[in-house]
Amino acid sequence: MSNAADLTADLDALVADAAERLADARDLDSLAALDAEFLGKKSAVTAAKKQLGGLDPDDRKAAGQAINAARTSLEAAIAAARERLAAGARAAQYEAERLDLSEKLGEIRRGSLHLNTQARDRLEDVFVGMGFTIAEGPEVETAWYNFEALNIPEWHPARGSFDTIFVNLGEPEEVMLRSHTSPVQIRTMENQEPPIYIVAPGRTFRTDTADATHLPAFNQIEGLVVDRGITLGDLSGTMDEFVRAFFGGEVKTRLRPSYFPFTEPSAEFDISRPDGSWLELGGCGMVHPNVLRNCGIDPEEWQGFAFGFGIDRLAVMRYELDDIRELVNNDVRFLRQF
Amino acid sequence: MKVTLSWLREFAPDIDGDPVELGETLSALGLAVEEMETIGEIVDGVVLAKVLDLRPHPDADKIQLVDVDRGDGQPLQVCCGAFNMTVGDLIPFATIGTVMPNGMEIAQREMRGQMSNGMCCAADEIGLVSGDDGIYILNDVVVDGAELGMPLAEAIGMQPDVLWDLEVNANRPDAMSVAGVARDLAAALGVEFRFPEYEITTTDEPVDSLLDIRIEDPELCGRFVATVLRDVRVGESPAWMQQRLIQLGMRPINSIVDISNYVMLELGQPNHTFDLATIPDGRLNIRRARDGETLVTLDDIERSLVPNDGVITDESDTIISLAGVMGGATTEISDSTTEVLLEMAWWDPPSISRTVKRLNLPSEASTRFRRGADWGDNIDRAMRRFIQLAAESGITAVSGFVDVPGTTPDRTPVPVRVAKVNGLLGTELTADDMAAYLISIGFEVTMAGDTLHVVVPTWRWDTATETDIAEEVGRMFGYENIPRTVPKGDDPGGLSQYQKDRRLVREVLLGAGCDETLPMPFLAPGDLAKAGLPEDGVTLTNPLHAEESVLRTSLLPGQLKAIAYNQSHRNPDVRFFEIDHVFLPAAEGEILPDEREHLAVAIAGEEAPAAVAVLDALDRALALPNVQLSPSSPAGLHPTRSADVVIAGRTRGHVGEVDPAVLEAYGVEGRVAWLELDLGAVLDGPHGNRSYSPVSKFPSSDIDLAFVVGDDVAASRIEASLRKGGGALLTDVELFDVYRGPGVDDGARSLAYRLRFQATDRTLTDGDVADVRQACIDQVVKKTGAVLRG
Repeated sequence: MSNAADLTADLDALVADAAERLADARDLDSLAALDAEFLGKKSAVTAAKKQLGGLDPDDRKAAGQAINAARTSLEAAIAAARERLAAGARAAQYEAERLDLSEKLGEIRRGSLHLNTQARDRLEDVFVGMGFTIAEGPEVETAWYNFEALNIPEWHPARGSFDTIFVNLGEPEEVMLRSHTSPVQIRTMENQEPPIYIVAPGRTFRTDTADATHLPAFNQIEGLVVDRGITLGDLSGTMDEFVRAFFGGEVKTRLRPSYFPFTEPSAEFDISRPDGSWLELGGCGMVHPNVLRNCGIDPEEWQGFAFGFGIDRLAVMRYELDDIRELVNNDVRFLRQF
Repeated sequence: MKVTLSWLREFAPDIDGDPVELGETLSALGLAVEEMETIGEIVDGVVLAKVLDLRPHPDADKIQLVDVDRGDGQPLQVCCGAFNMTVGDLIPFATIGTVMPNGMEIAQREMRGQMSNGMCCAADEIGLVSGDDGIYILNDVVVDGAELGMPLAEAIGMQPDVLWDLEVNANRPDAMSVAGVARDLAAALGVEFRFPEYEITTTDEPVDSLLDIRIEDPELCGRFVATVLRDVRVGESPAWMQQRLIQLGMRPINSIVDISNYVMLELGQPNHTFDLATIPDGRLNIRRARDGETLVTLDDIERSLVPNDGVITDESDTIISLAGVMGGATTEISDSTTEVLLEMAWWDPPSISRTVKRLNLPSEASTRFRRGADWGDNIDRAMRRFIQLAAESGITAVSGFVDVPGTTPDRTPVPVRVAKVNGLLGTELTADDMAAYLISIGFEVTMAGDTLHVVVPTWRWDTATETDIAEEVGRMFGYENIPRTVPKGDDPGGLSQYQKDRRLVREVLLGAGCDETLPMPFLAPGDLAKAGLPEDGVTLTNPLHAEESVLRTSLLPGQLKAIAYNQSHRNPDVRFFEIDHVFLPAAEGEILPDEREHLAVAIAGEEAPAAVAVLDALDRALALPNVQLSPSSPAGLHPTRSADVVIAGRTRGHVGEVDPAVLEAYGVEGRVAWLELDLGAVLDGPHGNRSYSPVSKFPSSDIDLAFVVGDDVAASRIEASLRKGGGALLTDVELFDVYRGPGVDDGARSLAYRLRFQATDRTLTDGDVADVRQACIDQVVKKTGAVLRG
């Protein structure tokens, strides 16, 4: 029987031999076989452990330490080999799975929201932030809502300027496609007690032949505030705040006296262009006392202002469209740009 | 309304300053400047010259040779195509190097062998107006001290001028005249405004002996002023008058018409001239027309009149003029006219408006009457101005005016509360401030404590109330001087639930790859029928084009047109959605159509399930209550591939495919999957209710079942039976395969489902799963006649 020194020498040789063979292992299967050979039940290390009982106590301790050291070395070597092989296998997998991500098939394409809707949403959001709610109304209206309640009697020259499209319902010229969004003012005041803070976006109609700058159906947004002590200064300040929120802080506003039958005083509101010139954006004014009275609101107790302007034009301006008809052609080559 | 600086200065000589700034001031007064231009400038290089000799061109008939002296005393030869000059005439001469207004540069050139060293100019070639046919003869035009070779502008005393084109609102009848604009501008600039005195001389013959005028309807005619002009010769008006008429956009006609227009533009008072010889005894009556009466107006068109129309009749009660709108043909002045009845009146604006609108006869005159002309001293002033201008052509006027009163607008002072005006404007003006602003534009003001009593001037017919007067105060104070404030309501702003849901719907559809389209809501006649829909669309009374004469009752025709348009541009497979109004026939007793907001989804190149998938996505997003597809054949849709969409028991729309016959009619290629919902009804109805059920902590078991069932049994019925059989333990059902082919009878298909079972209180045993599986099978077999596929 060999002594502890011999055993240690044998184990050292075994570890050295194992290191070489583990380095040669090319896959995880051969590594598993080597693992069994070096550390399994039939391995030299296991056999050596069984022989410990036959040694004298001094040798037994030294031999035991040698066996444990060999075992630890072998385990570490096998773990290192496993790690090396696993990393190689993963790397091989990565290489095998290489993809060109620019080979795009089955694209998920989000649709495009129409420019008018985008402009309308932006306007609504700005006014909501200023404390307004959004009112809506029908596109076919009676003369009462489109004209009379708005202080435009039947003989009034302003009626002609609206170029109204009438429909074949009721008496002649009694029912029409609304020529402005102002009827929504009337409907709101008929149904809601002041205070009122609304904007009303929607489609309006005129007998305009479609060309690069006109459509017979286009979109406006109308605003109405009715509250105690509302002034022309409030209107001016509100337009200013809206314009700063919508166009940015550099854009200035001004009011110019104008005339609308449903407001008194009336004004046009202009915004400044970068070159310092002014662009007429829309009309506005203090709600005419007759309009308030027509809706059962006492003009001595309540005052209000109203304003309105075109939505399509904002889209045309923002993207410098050269033909407004693009907005109704529904050509995907146009729609998908936005 | 166009005005020139020089003309304004005839009423307010101290108006001065940078034309752009003056324009800004006009805009701030509510007289928006639409265009501004500098006029009356003559290009450099055009000088005063004299004709020294005229002789024929040796080799040309259409041109002659002219020697001119342009200041150096030397004859300079030019070739000229005009023949109206005589030796000694003074003419405008463009020297070599002059760039003419049309861009042509004058150069020395040879014409048929003769040298031409410049150009003799006609008036229009240098931006001027004259009566000369050919070269502008300046003999009577040059100023004292003019010398040959002098720049032409200096030689004829021409001053550069500024022309503003103003947008005048309907409430500003006064600003439809040069004088009215001058009044406003002078007030804003703080300079004096005054009317010139128009001195006239008349014959001794009293007008009363010549005219006999009666106003039968005083509400129609507030005032009627007339006189008689003699020695009338219709000829050309002087160049300066033609020049101004042209500048303001009117065409010179003849001396009488031009004076009439000149006075109207200058003072705002329309006027009319009758050939006195055609009015027996000078008798006129003013009344409303009667039913059945007609008048041939001076455009030779016979007009049928109605009782509203104001008319002027003669002694035989025959209508000779449509008051304030257009004269009659029989009394029109002509070249042989020697005596004229000159008339200026004030007409009731609504009456004139109705007649103009009914007969579609707008004119410069009626536009002023409709807005309310001046019924005060301005009529007398305009009469004198007319007579004064006519006198320059040798026309004489008889003595005095016939001045017949009717009913003029009320001039009771309007009480104007200082606090109310400040409260409307957001200002802190004193009563004195307000009074000063009002007085500066002709209002009369009496103070009474906190109230002004304001008499509105006769030239402001539209101004009548405290609010109207507040606007005048604001206008003169300057809107830009009003402090800007922002009111805040008590309530927060926000979108309504409906509006939020509509935005959510749009987001879902965008996520489904659909582009939003917004076709116009008009259809052509036949579009609805072509789409298989009833032709009950509301029609337009005055469409611009027949193709835009019907309001849509469905979004289908518009979407099909949009798809066809894109297919014709080589984009066949578009995915569109639209949320917009449709107009269904009016309900019984309603005057307005039944207007609704619809949603449409159109997927070109896809079959019906693509539309159902979109509906399912909407269902998940909105949590709609109990959505069922009820097979049906909706109008316009594929009869065997479509269904009603039933939500909580109510039909809210249709889903499926568009009828191939309809696609063919619209020229659409391929299939179109289609969904249209009454979005308003869907969103107004109950939805969005979601409740919590705890997520089970226990394992689930999946099994697959396939059934063979006839094509007449909807898959939704199989699923419903599975759910009924599975009860609470069945948590998921997924159809994962549909098979038709060998092994399955014709007219039937195999539907394969994956079922997931799970309990919330325990792990299911194999026995539990077997039991519930059998219950599912039994239910399907019993309810649908399906057979379990082995």
